Amino acid sequence: MWSAHDVARPHYQALQRTLLGLDPEELRKSQQAADLTFLQEGITFTVYGSKEGTERIFPNDLIPRIIPAQEWAQIEKGLTQRLTALNLFLRDIYHEGRILTEGIVPRELIFSCKHFRREMRGLNVPRDTYVSVCGTDLIRLPDGKFAVLEDNLRVPSGVSYMLANRKVLKRVFPSMFQDYGVWPVDHYPQALLATLRSLAPENSPYPQDLTTVLLTPGVSNSAYFEHTFLAQQMGVELVEGRDLLVHDNVVYMRTTAGPRRVDVIYRRVDDDFLDPLCFRRDSILGVPGLFNAYRAGNVALANAIGTGVADDKAVYAYVPEIIRFYLSEEPILQNVETYLMGDVGQRDYVLANLEKMVVKAVGESGGYGMLIGPHSSQQQRNDFRERILAEPRNYIAQPTLALSCAPCLIDGEVESRHIDLRPYILMGEKVTLVPGGLTRVALRRGSLVVNSSQGGGSKDTWVLREGDEHLAKAADAALKGLNGKAGGGSAATSGAGS
Amino acid sequence: MRPPRNYFVRAFRRDAGMLSRVADSMYWMSRYLERAEHTARLVDVELQLWLDQSPETGAGRWRFLLEALRTPAGQGPIDPTRLVDSLVFSRKNSSSIVSCIATARENLRHVREQCSSEMWEQLNRLYLEVMDARPEEEWMLKSHGFFRAVQDGAHLFQGITDGTMSHGEGWQHIQLGRYVERTDTLACLMETHFRRTAAPADLAADQIVESAEYLEWVGLLRACVAFEAYCKAHTAAIRPLRVAEFLLLNPEFPHSVRFAVDRVNAALHIIGDLTERKAKTPTRIAGRLRAQLSFSQIEEIVASGAHAYLENVRSECAQIHAAIHQVYFDYAIEENLAS
Repeated sequence: MWSAHDVARPHYQALQRTLLGLDPEELRKSQQAADLTFLQEGITFTVYGSKEGTERIFPNDLIPRIIPAQEWAQIEKGLTQRLTALNLFLRDIYHEGRILTEGIVPRELIFSCKHFRREMRGLNVPRDTYVSVCGTDLIRLPDGKFAVLEDNLRVPSGVSYMLANRKVLKRVFPSMFQDYGVWPVDHYPQALLATLRSLAPENSPYPQDLTTVLLTPGVSNSAYFEHTFLAQQMGVELVEGRDLLVHDNVVYMRTTAGPRRVDVIYRRVDDDFLDPLCFRRDSILGVPGLFNAYRAGNVALANAIGTGVADDKAVYAYVPEIIRFYLSEEPILQNVETYLMGDVGQRDYVLANLEKMVVKAVGESGGYGMLIGPHSSQQQRNDFRERILAEPRNYIAQPTLALSCAPCLIDGEVESRHIDLRPYILMGEKVTLVPGGLTRVALRRGSLVVNSSQGGGSKDTWVLREGDEHLAKAADAALKGLNGKAGGGSAATSGAGS
Repeated sequence: MRPPRNYFVRAFRRDAGMLSRVADSMYWMSRYLERAEHTARLVDVELQLWLDQSPETGAGRWRFLLEALRTPAGQGPIDPTRLVDSLVFSRKNSSSIVSCIATARENLRHVREQCSSEMWEQLNRLYLEVMDARPEEEWMLKSHGFFRAVQDGAHLFQGITDGTMSHGEGWQHIQLGRYVERTDTLACLMETHFRRTAAPADLAADQIVESAEYLEWVGLLRACVAFEAYCKAHTAAIRPLRVAEFLLLNPEFPHSVRFAVDRVNAALHIIGDLTERKAKTPTRIAGRLRAQLSFSQIEEIVASGAHAYLENVRSECAQIHAAIHQVYFDYAIEENLAS
């Protein structure tokens, strides 16, 4: 939020004045009203490893994160470029493997990835789109540029919180939206449905009346709320594996009026559990025979199977090369510097500097299997050292980054917390980036981990229609209108970093 | 009562049918809740009757109570406290009140987004209330409030369901579950009761019963919330033949077998129209049972054996259940695609 100490960046100035004009008591009441809305509407997630019924609300912070128009334009271009390249990459490695033959990406890195599905080799997916729903984690570097921290190409979640945050904020704090010109995000479900439909198999007998379903692992999944929410918003059926059956390589959904053919499945079940005949045999979440129907081209899956190979954290290091290889362009969004533990020189350097590094297991997500060097004990570091040496392919390291900060409302006081940004990209007939995203907040003071399972929260993310110059003018005009109302409260005085 | 044929089909053609799993959950949710309500009422009535009796006659009653609730009694003497505990609180007994409410809630939880949030809130509240209650000392003597709360909670849930949920196919499955369960529990209760208290000759004689037996028959009526309704129809003179007629054949009283079967029949017809199914097994069996109840007279039934008649009602009811399951919830895909 800040450009220098105590000077807010232009697009935050109007918000700062609004906050200063508010009574802290009023802020606290608004936060309570927001929390209550989340609870009553059941906008919750489940924490694994605790007893039944441990549904929690995803903590929401009232103060929005603001992204000016030209910064967003850069993000939009960069993500479109990146996802286009990654889709070409996935097609290539499951077909000819040009990039492997030319030695740009080492062959053994791909084939040793646990998310590589050899069953997908030679299989053509609709529109050659492997990843149609993507949520990429971005961070803002100290120089103000956005960089990619992680690609989530399998079953990214969290988009329902983006929509809920906006809805709740508009309800409890309408005054903040005044004069800002914020892009709406509410059309996401509609765009998602259009994307899914554009993948429908060409041989569908009823192209005018396609059946799209959302496949959920069930009530006990941590993102079950999101599954019901999206299904409801898109007006499609929410199904579990046992609702679907495969006959003659066609997928049907079991309804009281008889079996109904299914054309597109937006699956929120991991590859491993999709089809017990093909992948994990002990899976009871999947649909026996689904893969054969998919192979026969009678049903579309979003995302395709085997996309996890491209968000493997070791493959991540090669993404800039991948973009140059397929698109002959320079990457618009940078990567974070990444050390591969499979490389002896890089490994020795990391092991010598473990207390400055963040070490991640390549196939994990959700903040599990991570070592944060500066916050770790000697015991933990020794532990990770052994794990890295035992399975170097399985780990990468990155320098500990100063995530950017944003003001957050903590117990009625405004304090600074680390944040990241996850915009959602849809790729079907065309690429759609809903202007906004999920800004995740590390709610513990000083913490760098933003995952909801590890004590993270979120805040609404505003993408502005206009650039900074226009805003500065609007802010000045608003200031004259306020007649010196600012300065009444004690809020918004701390904050550092970006 | 039934809408004109094809009315719903035309209105909702594109959306014909709903997920079988969802329909199944709604059906069972409703059955379990009806079962909890029935058990609560029956145990409550039995405990009241127990207070009026000498200790010696008590032992036999418990065995009958278990039979009336379709719970097989073990060998050996029955301890009333443990028995009530197993009928009310035990999680080992899947038909205990607490188990039934927990199962109903679990079923609703899986299809929460298909129902109104008011429904979920009410069932969840009832669940939390019965989970909170614990058998403390002297609980049996103070239990009336608990049983009352279960019945009230179930009634409130039904009212909320009728008032807040679309009366579409899902709602019809809820009706179906409730009245299939009611038909079976009522038939079972009456069968046990007739076996215990009424020799066939006594029934046919159509006499007014005397003091000791009087309580039993009033108990039966109370267990079906039918005492007041019966008195309105036949005065407080309790004649077993009229009681049997009232509970079996009355078309207007909601806890009579005929009323319940009528509702099963109506729901099945609407579901059949909504889903455009060609298989008519459930409606056929339900129609046959309904015709029997509509055109039977109590004198004939008693003459040829009330016991056998009730056995037959229960077996038809089991067939209806199996047919619903087979046609709507768990069909073989080949049959349906071929047609």
